[in-house]
Amino acid sequence: MQVYAALIYVFLYAPIGLIVFFSFNSGRYAMDWRGFSLHWYGSAFSNELIVSALATSLTIALSTATLASIIGTLAALGLERTKGWPRHAFDALIYVAIMVPSVVIGISTLIAFVTVFDTVNPLLESAAGRRAQMGTWTVIAAHVLFNIAVVILIVRARLTGMDRSLIEASEDLYATPLGTFRHVVLPLLLPSIVAGFLLSFTFSFEDFIIAFFVAGPDTTLPIYVFSSIRRGVTPEINAVGSVVLFVSLTLMLLAQFLMRSRAAPCSQ
Amino acid sequence: MMSQKSERRSRLTTALLVAPAALFFVFLLVLPLLVVVVYSFGERAPAGGYAPAFTFSNYLNLPARGKAFFNTLTLAPLATLLTVLFAYPMAYFLAVKADVRWRLLLLALCIAPFWTSQLLRYYAWMMILGSKGIPSWLASIGIEGVRIINTPAAVLIGAVYGFLPLMIPPIYVSLEKLDRRLLEASADLGATPFRTFLQVTLPLSLPGVATGTMLVFILLMGDYILPQFLGGGMVFFIGNALVDLFLQSRNWPFGAAVSVALIAIMFVTIVVYMRFVLGHSGQRRVALV
Repeated sequence: MQVYAALIYVFLYAPIGLIVFFSFNSGRYAMDWRGFSLHWYGSAFSNELIVSALATSLTIALSTATLASIIGTLAALGLERTKGWPRHAFDALIYVAIMVPSVVIGISTLIAFVTVFDTVNPLLESAAGRRAQMGTWTVIAAHVLFNIAVVILIVRARLTGMDRSLIEASEDLYATPLGTFRHVVLPLLLPSIVAGFLLSFTFSFEDFIIAFFVAGPDTTLPIYVFSSIRRGVTPEINAVGSVVLFVSLTLMLLAQFLMRSRAAPCSQ
Repeated sequence: MMSQKSERRSRLTTALLVAPAALFFVFLLVLPLLVVVVYSFGERAPAGGYAPAFTFSNYLNLPARGKAFFNTLTLAPLATLLTVLFAYPMAYFLAVKADVRWRLLLLALCIAPFWTSQLLRYYAWMMILGSKGIPSWLASIGIEGVRIINTPAAVLIGAVYGFLPLMIPPIYVSLEKLDRRLLEASADLGATPFRTFLQVTLPLSLPGVATGTMLVFILLMGDYILPQFLGGGMVFFIGNALVDLFLQSRNWPFGAAVSVALIAIMFVTIVVYMRFVLGHSGQRRVALV
């Protein structure tokens, strides 16, 4: 049993280790070890295409995570006060957003943006002399849509587990609703909000397929990685990949920890 | 008078809280999906894209992409089954055998790879299964001519690798909740450990297995990167057909019909799952993370 478990961990982490290992390869080709070197890290981070793709991806992921965690938290709080059909309809939409494959999300948002642009652009052009087109902001919009659903699920799990008596106590002590929210509800929800933020950030940063459809002329890091894997990679990709893997593994373990941590103020 | 006013105010607050999310859902999810349905009855514009029409020809034409549907609907269930077979012993180990102090950390370590870049993880498997990977090692011990990459086997290996992290947690949860006294009772009544497992543990953990199965199956059916990298154009899924139809051949109405068909298949899967599994057990929450 323990041997089996150990094998599973090897199975799960060996490929990741392989990428990291070959990022230190001094040779030019994957799977052809020619000795240790940090050369590819230097060359990756002085490659303007990679750096700008990285900047685009970070912009998208940070904006997505911020917007999704705010909008998602507000919605979770609102849904808690909602009953009847609006609540059921909303729940259904949350699951649709999560279950519909990314390819289809990409396609449907692409069609939606194209349709809107086709109608709006003639007006825009005559009024302001500019055209709306796809790019970073359309990727953010599509990512926020998906991640709102994720944040709602995580924050709501926390809300339902919350001790109602704390809120009642706060009200009995003449706190205003806003005061109760700021001093009681928000601190209790914070770990789940942060977890939602981290998850959204990771989803958005790693997403390839939605961005592939709606990024327009912009290039995100996954799009860059995808196209260079198709062209035949240099170990530069391994170097960038190693950094990305390290960051995302750390963020994910942190998010896991936050989601599973008990609410300390509850027990006091 | 006063309470009516405050009730109205409370309703307004609720509406304001939900409004931004609702706007996103309506304008970027519901309406676009409806547009996809409308497109699926249209015609391809001469230069690619969409031209208004009302025809069923896109749906009648679906068999043209039959191979993609066939691959998806055979390999996805098979891969899901394999993933269950590999995940179950691991979940059992974590929930029953592993040291309680380390349990959550060990579980987190199983899940974490799922949240790292899919592109990079499947790229690693491209290297491992590619001609310079396992086939060349096998050649060095005398087994020549093995080809793994771009075969269904490569896609299956990739799928097990990619989705183990998602299959283990729900099974773990259902095994961990298991009442230990039932196992003792079974042993006291003279059952062998194997029989206890078969007649007590396994049936009680089936809801977790079902949840994991559905999650993995749904995600596999819509996958693009896995078949793209490890199937390399030889073994392709519906997702690959969709990317081709929308971005290369630009036959949007036909692509829309394929999307609708894909969603319909998924919807049926979910409904069947809800009927047969959720109906029989109390487990409703999906352990997404």
